Amino acid sequence: MRAQTIYIPKDAAALSVGADEVADAISLEAQRRRLSIDIVRTGSRGMLWLEPLVEVSLPEGRVAYGPVTVNDVPALFDTGFLSAADHWLSLGFTEELPYLKNQDRLTFARCGVIDPLSIDDYQAHGGFAGLKRALTMTAGEICAEVRESGLRGRGGAGFPTGIKWQTVLDAPAEQKFICCNADEGDSGTFADRMIMEGDPFSLIEGMTIAALAVGASEGYIYIRSEYPHAIATLRAAIAIAMRKGWLGDGLHGTDREFHLQVRVGAGAYICGEETSMLESLEGKRGQVRAKPPLPALQGLFGQPTVVNNVLSLTTVPVILARGAAHYRDFGVGRSRGTQPFQLAGNIKHGGLVEKAFGVTLHELLYDFGGGTASGRPIRAVQTGGPLGAYVPPSLFDMEEDYEAFAAHDALVGHGGIVVFDDSVDMAKQARFALEFCAVESCGKCTPCRIGSQRGVEVMDHIIAGERVDENLILLDDLCELLTDGSLCAMGGLTPLPVQSALKHFADDFAPKPQTEDS
Amino acid sequence: MTGRAAWSKERASLIIANHSHQRGALLPMLHALQDEFGCIEDAAMRLLAKALNLSRAEVHGVVSFYHDFRRTRAGHHVIKICRAEACQAMGADALIAHAERHLSTALGGTTDDGTFSLQAVYCLGNCALSPAVMVDTELHGRVDATRFDALVRVQREDL
Repeated sequence: MRAQTIYIPKDAAALSVGADEVADAISLEAQRRRLSIDIVRTGSRGMLWLEPLVEVSLPEGRVAYGPVTVNDVPALFDTGFLSAADHWLSLGFTEELPYLKNQDRLTFARCGVIDPLSIDDYQAHGGFAGLKRALTMTAGEICAEVRESGLRGRGGAGFPTGIKWQTVLDAPAEQKFICCNADEGDSGTFADRMIMEGDPFSLIEGMTIAALAVGASEGYIYIRSEYPHAIATLRAAIAIAMRKGWLGDGLHGTDREFHLQVRVGAGAYICGEETSMLESLEGKRGQVRAKPPLPALQGLFGQPTVVNNVLSLTTVPVILARGAAHYRDFGVGRSRGTQPFQLAGNIKHGGLVEKAFGVTLHELLYDFGGGTASGRPIRAVQTGGPLGAYVPPSLFDMEEDYEAFAAHDALVGHGGIVVFDDSVDMAKQARFALEFCAVESCGKCTPCRIGSQRGVEVMDHIIAGERVDENLILLDDLCELLTDGSLCAMGGLTPLPVQSALKHFADDFAPKPQTEDS
Repeated sequence: MTGRAAWSKERASLIIANHSHQRGALLPMLHALQDEFGCIEDAAMRLLAKALNLSRAEVHGVVSFYHDFRRTRAGHHVIKICRAEACQAMGADALIAHAERHLSTALGGTTDDGTFSLQAVYCLGNCALSPAVMVDTELHGRVDATRFDALVRVQREDL
């Protein structure tokens, strides 16, 4: 009898709720019952509330069970889950689950489906089609294709990727670099981690296309140290790609070359800022550089450098494989294509939702997210990471679109959406934003280094009910200074969460009513 | 769990030499030294400065800039609890208070028996399964007080 294939994620999030233990239990139970099974460890499908999600392969598709615990395993075998029999954990065909079915999976099409370290699996699912096409194009043609796709930097800044590449291409230099920013430090974001663990070859392919587009021969992936699983997966994937001729000298039988290595961060949030990351790659303190010069002209070791986020680079192969028009047809306004949104915090169905721009926060939070995990009403969501605004329910009809968000002083950022229920104290959140800035500031510019610390102190006075009106004026003044006077987005955007909390949740900043016995 | 080898100048020199072919090698060298010895000793900084033609102040500046690099050894196991927004939304503050009580040490401290160091971390990328905790390099999701105590118990039994 042919071995039945079982898919179980080895994504860090799945492991964090016991995927390894479940895989071991299934393997042991099958041995005990003398059943022949073949367990394939995949990335995650991104339905994280269902992890560990176990899938059984049928000719018609994969059938999902989840969340599976070790204790469920014998009963699953008893009911015959190997032939996809019904069980109370059975979810039906994975691809038919509304959460997945209603997404526009372009960048994440393979994530959770393939064995992340099987180059054959990768190619069988369309991998390297983009790179093969790029190898037949001139550098200028590749830049033009990416420009026409409308792809904007998915790290958060939203700068058009094709224009950045063209700038590097046009800069004359002996050596140029491709640097992937995988220092995904924003709370509420995990898309970079997921795709690095679930489809690492797509990042290698995207970076190689970038190298061809600008004439670079060397690349670095800067991964934060908090992501040991992603680091291990990418290092393994690079070694495999080297062996199979997809990296190194003589790319895929041509005379082109591209050498790639992983560098590990050391716990500094600021190294997600591109110039700080470059300093760190050079072996220095991760202090931001003044711009100009742009990294595109004087980046790593002073050479022209492409710095792109993981999601921008993993989207490039899709654009090259299917053409700029295919990608551009998704989205609204000047926000073209898809964004992998990440539903996080107090959310019932947390996970990754890749959707064309134009989807509303309401759809993401309720149709996909199912409301809060606690069952209480949503009071606020923070979008775009710790430097993003707190958004109240009255704005949930807002469409995900860089410009629409900016019009409301909010950030799409890296696509993270952190949900809070009505137990949240927004003054405390505002204080945290300033405290975070104080902890993580690189210290180079005064507004950020000192201003954040003074901000924490001012917030402490406000929370304690001391001269609240005067301190609110002081806070406003401080925020203005941080916005206008900081060298980079760390100090420059920290006022966003603070002022949005003040604007939309002013009651939380008012002096607390004194009770009788206090 | 990082290495805790006793300081050896020969071993440290070898580690530095192994990374000297890389450009911008200081961070990879620091990681490798800390993985071996558990922290960055003064003697290591002197060797690094010499190998990379930097001043000791420059090396010290890099070591002190990054949260990961330590000047003294941590406990046998390092427990990092995320205190960023997504975990706050699911009760990270209460979990931290519990952890501090349970281990009788504050964030940033080490238990008296040297078994555990407790640290704050800002995001482990497990934000849909908050609160998140990392024990050494093992990630755990949906950690409540009961689960935290179980994690601590398992590590104690392993020692």
